[in-house]
Amino acid sequence: MIKKEKKLIITFSTTTDAMAMEMVCKKSGADGRIIPVPPKIYAGCGLAWCARPESRDGLCAIMEHNDIYPEGLWECLV
Amino acid sequence: MIYLDNAATTMQKPDCVVRAVTKALCSMGNAGRGAHDAALHASRTVFDTRMKLADFFNAENPKQIVFTANSTESLNIAIKGVLNPGDHVITTELEHNSVLRPLYEMEEKGIELTIIKSDRQGNIRYEDFEDSIRSNTKAIICTHGSNLTGNMIDIEKVGKITKKHSILLIVDASQTAGVFPIDVQRMHIDILCFTGHKSLLGPQGTGGMYVREGLHVRPLLCGGSGIKSYSKKHPEEMPTALEAGTLNGHGIAGLGAAIEYIREIGIENIREHESGLMWHFYDQVKEIPGVTVYGDFTGKDRCPIVSLNLMDYNSSEVSDALAIQYDIFTRPGAHCAPLMHKALGTQEQGAVRFSFSYFNTEEEIDQTILALKELASNSE
Repeated sequence: MIKKEKKLIITFSTTTDAMAMEMVCKKSGADGRIIPVPPKIYAGCGLAWCARPESRDGLCAIMEHNDIYPEGLWECLV
Repeated sequence: MIYLDNAATTMQKPDCVVRAVTKALCSMGNAGRGAHDAALHASRTVFDTRMKLADFFNAENPKQIVFTANSTESLNIAIKGVLNPGDHVITTELEHNSVLRPLYEMEEKGIELTIIKSDRQGNIRYEDFEDSIRSNTKAIICTHGSNLTGNMIDIEKVGKITKKHSILLIVDASQTAGVFPIDVQRMHIDILCFTGHKSLLGPQGTGGMYVREGLHVRPLLCGGSGIKSYSKKHPEEMPTALEAGTLNGHGIAGLGAAIEYIREIGIENIREHESGLMWHFYDQVKEIPGVTVYGDFTGKDRCPIVSLNLMDYNSSEVSDALAIQYDIFTRPGAHCAPLMHKALGTQEQGAVRFSFSYFNTEEEIDQTILALKELASNSE
């Protein structure tokens, strides 16, 4: 059985944005990793950033600082 | 073997490029198609090369860099993606068929085309660009450097004209990217088309384009994108909008390593070496009786190319003799530049093109000069 936890999911309009997110998060030691976009958010393909919900403010600050524009921020069980 | 056909493709690649391609072939999944390690490795590699290219050409951000298979694909996307029936376009006689043929195709669909004339030395008059602008002029599309003569067009000067008249500047940098610095923002370039396998020293099958932020280009292809799979429309966000289908991830890994190599050596050092070989070759061969050199050698900045003919021999006979008798590889014929040959008066004879790379040596150039001297003397 796959264990599920509540997570913050950040989606992007392109793979390039997702890769940019991964790069800046790695550089700053921010929480999270790349996962496939959960089907609860939308069906189809694509990459998303998955982190603990409490990391939201820090991740939003990182995105703003690096001109990365998310498509959406979600909290759901993944 | 002496390889002097670098304007067609640079055959000798840096070791780091070979290693990067080999490593990618052994480890890479499909970029943007999944989140497992192999797919992410590919996505990261593509993104890394995209960032390097954005930095190399001073693009606003990496999303403005699109990967294609070559300059021809980039130019087709640019030309067919921004022009509409009724638009007027200005180009030059210096152009390669990768510019001319898409334009001729668009001409049949209702665009108006003005081709700036070249003189017998392969030069255009910059005033002709401005004099040709009409109320419906949409773009100037021109090469940065002729693949036949090596003559260059001052893109910054053309960029000032296009900016003044609020029209687009689309540049074919096939012969210059990797040898001459290109700053798309300073030069006011709206779309830059480049190939990866010439002076950028990457693998064949790599190329790309820079598209200015905010400029909409209609895609040539649609299909797989790795995102929004249930949408009937291909995503409109850059760069995905212009990158339908699986990218050449293995080649792009090599291109990234090549950019890194150019950065390490220094584009100025590469240019100085290639120019040095070109001038040494030119200074010697122009003195050989029976040799006619084409192009303008009065200026300092020119692509590392020397095209010539020997007496009234067809260029293919001379190129073949160099290959068979001396193991020296050059390119004869028309070089896909029909209007340039017409301007030079070499339509029938073609020209033998010698093009130099960072990996050529002065000794190789001396051997080539000697070979040409022998061919010329044996022909007397």
